[in-house]
Amino acid sequence: MAQSIFNGTLRLGEHAVAVKLYSAVEDRRVHFRLLHAVDGVPVRQRMVHPDSGDEVPRDEVVRGYESEAGMVMLRDEELEIVTPARSRDMEIEYFVDPERVDLAWYQRPYYLGPGGDPGAYAALCSALRAENKLGIVRWVMRKKVYHGALRSLDDHLLLVSLRFRHEVVPADGLPAPSGRELTKREREMARQLVSMLEGDLDLGAFEDEYRERVLSLIRAKAEGRAPELPKAKRKRKAGGLANALSASIEKAKERKVA
Amino acid sequence: MPKQNKGMRPFWSGTISFGLVTIPVAMYPATRSAQALSLRMLSPDGTPLSRIYVCPDHDEPVDADEIVRGYETEDGRYVRVEDEELERLAPEKSRDIDLRQFVDRDQIPLLYFDRLYFLAPASESTKAYRLLAESLEDRRTAGIATFVLRGNEHVVAILSEGGVLRAQLLRFEDEVRSPVSIGMGEPEQANKRDVDALRKIIRGRTRKDLDEEALVDETAEKLRQVAAEKAKAGKDVVKQGSRKRRRGTGEDVEVIDLVQVLQRSLKGKKKRRGRELSQEPKDVLYEKAQDLGIRGRSSMSKTELAEAIERATA
Repeated sequence: MAQSIFNGTLRLGEHAVAVKLYSAVEDRRVHFRLLHAVDGVPVRQRMVHPDSGDEVPRDEVVRGYESEAGMVMLRDEELEIVTPARSRDMEIEYFVDPERVDLAWYQRPYYLGPGGDPGAYAALCSALRAENKLGIVRWVMRKKVYHGALRSLDDHLLLVSLRFRHEVVPADGLPAPSGRELTKREREMARQLVSMLEGDLDLGAFEDEYRERVLSLIRAKAEGRAPELPKAKRKRKAGGLANALSASIEKAKERKVA
Repeated sequence: MPKQNKGMRPFWSGTISFGLVTIPVAMYPATRSAQALSLRMLSPDGTPLSRIYVCPDHDEPVDADEIVRGYETEDGRYVRVEDEELERLAPEKSRDIDLRQFVDRDQIPLLYFDRLYFLAPASESTKAYRLLAESLEDRRTAGIATFVLRGNEHVVAILSEGGVLRAQLLRFEDEVRSPVSIGMGEPEQANKRDVDALRKIIRGRTRKDLDEEALVDETAEKLRQVAAEKAKAGKDVVKQGSRKRRRGTGEDVEVIDLVQVLQRSLKGKKKRRGRELSQEPKDVLYEKAQDLGIRGRSSMSKTELAEAIERATA
């Protein structure tokens, strides 16, 4: 059983659903440590005074805000006051159609598992699925305020944290490129080509090969063997659009027949 | 304060291949992971601290050139890996996103969606771009490909929304967890009366749009207020004197700069260098002339076409 990150209670009116939060994604990246070259010992980070080179212990470090007037030192009590109070409450503030929320807002996905009454959990999940809506949730976790989109995923609840406004480029402000009207023939050929290359999605067919190569290198070194090298890649040329489209369709036809 | 960043270069430049058609594009991130407010770490006398690396055995600071990367193996040993080795293993940077497969975009499970980028056309002719965008948007299709971005290989879904192409990076299968792998058990049967009661509440609290105004970092705003008041009152303010103010990294570009650059790229306000035009094949020039609605193009020579395009786009 995976470790839950947070235990909370979803609140909607008088309804309360106890839940446990789990990360829905796994970090598979290869992580390195920094070692002292001479003896292979992992190095440690220290925050030091630039003049003396002496370490300043964590509990003596002061936080500073750079302003026009100079560096404003912020006291612990001041930081405490603005830090949100710890709470298990996860308030569902309102609901919205999933289509109205651009994927650009989505940050990190979490699964919510039942943390108490499984019946209450199941009821919320069913209701969300039946109405096909996202619940916008506000909660406090790790001393920070989070907003997220709650939705049903089959018989489970999924909560995706949302980014802050200052982090997202609003898509509705972007102008679509314009130009001369596309001809019927061009549109037809493009559609034909797309439908010829259409198929079912198999995401399992893709692998992070670079990650695999790095892990192979590491394995080889750990076993005292010599590592291998990959090959180089080819290039591509451009041409007139209509000719290219026709040629593509011919090629795709050949591939289908074969 | 938003900075004018007219010269901002795209995150990635290259082409999308769609059959034998190549569409030059420039890619820009749709999001920036940025702190609303970043605080410095200071000594009690108000001096910004420096970060150093120390070897715990010798208790001495180590320089950057004395540091190597190491990977911790299961038995607790460290395997050294040189930057040079990683570079040689790194996939060659992609110049092209080759769309060989198209799928129903609703087939892509939500959990696979990772970072999002916008694509702007990077050539005078937007015809191929618009053709692809239209084909994808009409039937809610996505083009699937793999490509290399900043030293990492990714699966990418090319989609279109509102006439603008997007590159949505997708996660690898082993990066996505399932409820089963987490250990979330079989769900209970829901009580119909409870479900109906909840549905009623949901309907009553449904709004038309996401409240974007509410998606602000409240804590950062409060802190900024506190700091501003203290600065004004001259309380706990340390003059920086000869020390330089730390400059932001390249990543600190504000979203507002991105919006401006994207809008300009999408509208196609670009200068074209004359020399490049005359090196293009005639049929490509003819297409550009067509796009620009240049009269008499069918009887023009290659040079005449290049000149006419130059004049039209000056």
